[in-house]
Amino acid sequence: MKTFTYERVRTPAEAAAAAARTPGSKFLAGGTNLLDLMKLEIETPAHIIDVGKVGLDKIEPTPAGGLRIGALVTNTDLANHLPVRRDYGLLSRALLAGATGQLRNKATTAGNLLQRTRCPYFYDTNQRCNKRVPGSGCAAIAGFSRQLGVIGTSNACIATHPSDMAVAMRALDAGVETVKANGTTRTIPLAQFYRLPGQTPHLETILEKNELITAVLLPPPVGGVHIYQKVRDRASYAFALISVGAIVQKDGTGRIAVGGVAPQPWRVETAEQLLPAGAKEFTAQLLQGARPTKENAFKLALVENTVAAVLNEARH
Amino acid sequence: MDESNDYLFSRREMLVSTTLAVTGLALLNVTGAEAAPVPVSQAKVSFTVNGQPHQLEMDTRTTLLDTLREHLHLTGTKKGCDHGQCGACTVLVNGQRINSCLSLALQHQDDAITTIEGLGTPDKLHPMQAAFIKHDGYQCGYCTPGQICSAVAVLAEIKAGMPSHVSASLLEQPQATNMELRERMSGNICRCGAYSNIAEAMSEVAGKDS
Repeated sequence: MKTFTYERVRTPAEAAAAAARTPGSKFLAGGTNLLDLMKLEIETPAHIIDVGKVGLDKIEPTPAGGLRIGALVTNTDLANHLPVRRDYGLLSRALLAGATGQLRNKATTAGNLLQRTRCPYFYDTNQRCNKRVPGSGCAAIAGFSRQLGVIGTSNACIATHPSDMAVAMRALDAGVETVKANGTTRTIPLAQFYRLPGQTPHLETILEKNELITAVLLPPPVGGVHIYQKVRDRASYAFALISVGAIVQKDGTGRIAVGGVAPQPWRVETAEQLLPAGAKEFTAQLLQGARPTKENAFKLALVENTVAAVLNEARH
Repeated sequence: MDESNDYLFSRREMLVSTTLAVTGLALLNVTGAEAAPVPVSQAKVSFTVNGQPHQLEMDTRTTLLDTLREHLHLTGTKKGCDHGQCGACTVLVNGQRINSCLSLALQHQDDAITTIEGLGTPDKLHPMQAAFIKHDGYQCGYCTPGQICSAVAVLAEIKAGMPSHVSASLLEQPQATNMELRERMSGNICRCGAYSNIAEAMSEVAGKDS
């Protein structure tokens, strides 16, 4: 690990200001992803700003009837929060399907959104990777791509976003609240939060330099049956091959976001009008324009079949 | 050194000398002169480990795991993968289990840390330690401290009503069934494959608790 200087801050504004003051700094929350990447020297911050104790660890009701989830609420606390289990079951289910008890106790809500891909070519510093070293090329496209993306990808990068939680957040129409170094705040719909890779896969979100996530906002509950179906190579502690996060209403309408297929949780609102027609019709539109590799083309059928299973389960 | 005495080197001493040799080489630049060492950043932190207060000043990069093993000499906690994948380094922080390898010591200001040494002693075993012995919940024993710390936390999580991926309901009190224990222990890998005996040890302790 490269050496770095370290400071603890007490408020979000202090954190953003500290970052603006010190070039090469990174915010550290739970650390479960960042420290791993620092050990591999994929991340090499010169300065660490520990935001772990800035008080963003509460879940509060909003005046609109939704929830405001502090950026530092752990995955464990969020999954176990009673109003989340009762009214946003999809979110609890997605969180509980991810990682392990140990990791969920440290991993935070904002950190989960900002975690990096688990593409093996991003992790292996002997390989070419446009996300890790812009302009170096992509060894994944002609490599072992079984786990990688099928849609929203580019000829520069086929990495997927690894989060389960973000899939649920996308289906729930979450918003990301931030503070910038100059003190101004904004709320970004999760639908607009991630960038597609294009020719710049190292730029993953629309966050500005030194902008800090302070909370994730959930709109009021929408009812319905909540299902998170994750398909993976082993039954626990594995990233998704694909996952389907669904909220299905009694009349057959609903929302579905899919994980494991794209550089961001994949949801196409216009496709959802086809849900009452069935999985085949819906999935065809959801994955229109997909460009799978030979190794991961199975994901297209896997999504359709999993959507069919989820819709079937929702009816019973 | 006399070659016949090589076996007297412990594995740890061997590792240390290898590391020093490699570091020595790295410090030589092409002209053979020693390069200036990279300045190391230090910072302070204080927390308790097994009830004992500690005030430390250390290299900012030091993980909680390395702090426990190399600085406080509590070597019960083991380093397996050092990437949060195996669970050998599991300890309890403020009662919650975490991977101590994926945490900087500096992140634990004012925390209360419990390691396997703090759960029980050879004379007064924690019930989970006793159950692991009774049910043969290990073979080589390397993953065992992490398994036991994790197991203790798992039963507390079930008791607190926290659901898991395999719980049928998000709202009903979960039970310590074999499926629940296996799902919740998936962050602790055992290469000897003692899983079924670990689950039995946990079931016994869970039964006594309820």
